[in-house]
Amino acid sequence: MIDAEWLYWLCGLFFLAGAGFSYRRAQYGGAAFWALLGISFCYSTFVVNKTAPPWPLGIAVIAVAALAGFGALGRTEIATTCQADRITAANTLRSKLFVPALMIPLVALIFGTMIASITVGGKPLLAAGTATLTGLGVGALVATAVGLVLLRPAGGLKLTLPLTEGTRLLQSIGWAVVLPQMLAVLGLVFANSGVGTAVGTIVSAVLPKGSLLLAVIVYCLGMALFTIIMGNAFAAFPVMTAAVGWPVLVQQFHGNPAIVFAVGMLAGFCGTLCTPMAANFNIVPAVLLEMKDRYGPIKAQLPTAGPLLVCNIAIMYLMGF
Amino acid sequence: MVVLIGVALVVIGFALRLNPMLVVTVSGIVTALLGGLNPVAILDTFGSGFASNRSVTIYVITLPAIGLLERYGLQQQAARLIGKLRALTTGRLLAAYMLIRQGTSALGLTGMCGPAQTVRPLIAPMALAAAIRRHGELTDRQVERVKAYSASSDTVGLFFGEDIFLAVGSILLITSLVDSTYHLKLDALQIAVWAIPTAICAYIIHGARLLWLDRTLARTTVKPEVAAP
Repeated sequence: MIDAEWLYWLCGLFFLAGAGFSYRRAQYGGAAFWALLGISFCYSTFVVNKTAPPWPLGIAVIAVAALAGFGALGRTEIATTCQADRITAANTLRSKLFVPALMIPLVALIFGTMIASITVGGKPLLAAGTATLTGLGVGALVATAVGLVLLRPAGGLKLTLPLTEGTRLLQSIGWAVVLPQMLAVLGLVFANSGVGTAVGTIVSAVLPKGSLLLAVIVYCLGMALFTIIMGNAFAAFPVMTAAVGWPVLVQQFHGNPAIVFAVGMLAGFCGTLCTPMAANFNIVPAVLLEMKDRYGPIKAQLPTAGPLLVCNIAIMYLMGF
Repeated sequence: MVVLIGVALVVIGFALRLNPMLVVTVSGIVTALLGGLNPVAILDTFGSGFASNRSVTIYVITLPAIGLLERYGLQQQAARLIGKLRALTTGRLLAAYMLIRQGTSALGLTGMCGPAQTVRPLIAPMALAAAIRRHGELTDRQVERVKAYSASSDTVGLFFGEDIFLAVGSILLITSLVDSTYHLKLDALQIAVWAIPTAICAYIIHGARLLWLDRTLARTTVKPEVAAP
């Protein structure tokens, strides 16, 4: 049975390479951040297998968060091609450029649908829940290989280029690269500390017993409202799921978890459309377009967000139960 | 009930725009302490939580391929194709762009278009040029409206397209969080498929509003007096 550990090691090595780039530019805070992250990804394998204790990893994770939180990363610029070079390259390569990019979803889909059902000696070839992830990893490798072959005519192509260009993107994303994972960790901390039971008590006191529609509305509206306040649907998800999504909608009403959680997240996205807190999505475009009214994009999105939230409530209510 | 103070800290921390990594870590530690976990148990929870949620970050594995393609003009090629929409009216142009944005995001190419990559250099100027061609000189309010709708066509397309792609943060966050916390075995594909109904609704609602922009522009345009012969 193949699991996704090899993929996590690949990610870990990628982060370690990122540490190397930062180190060579004398950005030691960034180097420490990426190195710790890379080592944590590999060490995690032994934590999952229960062959190593998790607490050293806990220390590393808090150190990673502290490095990011106190601005130790700095900015590492990695040289790439200029706009003019890119236009010249695009003129030669044209739509061939899309071929490698499309390999990623294509291979992931093939793994997720077909290879997922292959069994070897009565056991599934790929571990449960990892088929699409494995496909994604294979797809990314295939895309890189196809890219290297296809782009060769565009001039001096070295095998290290994907690593350099990938690290350029990684460094431009910065610490935000692990924020979703940290929010998932927070979800587990919430669950272990009894947040779900605490909120559940309140919710069951407020919600009339047995009203499914009301529970769906509370979950979707709560996702949207928390997202409006926090500016981030990812942050709202662990909170609302611990409170309503899991205990009420899945456990009490036996909802289909895939539908409940997928649509719940999208209800949160409706909130993102309405909030200046999500500045990178709603305020930055107004600045880029030199608009007089910084809230112009939000005003254009509000009449879409409202009806779409109603759609999400309807989809979850009608299809999820 | 006191553990809810930790939840309140997340909300307040994000609302005050403090560094999200600090907010998450501090409120996690506070919540765990209030929940009666001892320091070693807290470190264990952070460690095992990190280990079992690594799949959330797995999308970084696509960065080398995407970075390589960007180096050879992926965004520039996209811009060239979008430039072919020049002949459309403002509303149709934006509706077509939203379809492109939503479609490419659904294929995982979220960085191919965007406010900086396509909206500012291409979409907004093309939408304004189309409006001027059809309605003559625009008022300040009309210019603002066209710009706002240009930005919104990008944002709505991105939000409700990317969730169809398997390896996007939100999907991986869902599968990883519920698998590690609630011991389910959800595959990313199961979640992604259920983003499709909402994606269709989003395109119908916002696309219709983009098309309606042509009418709004026509209605708010002051027709120039026909000069007497």
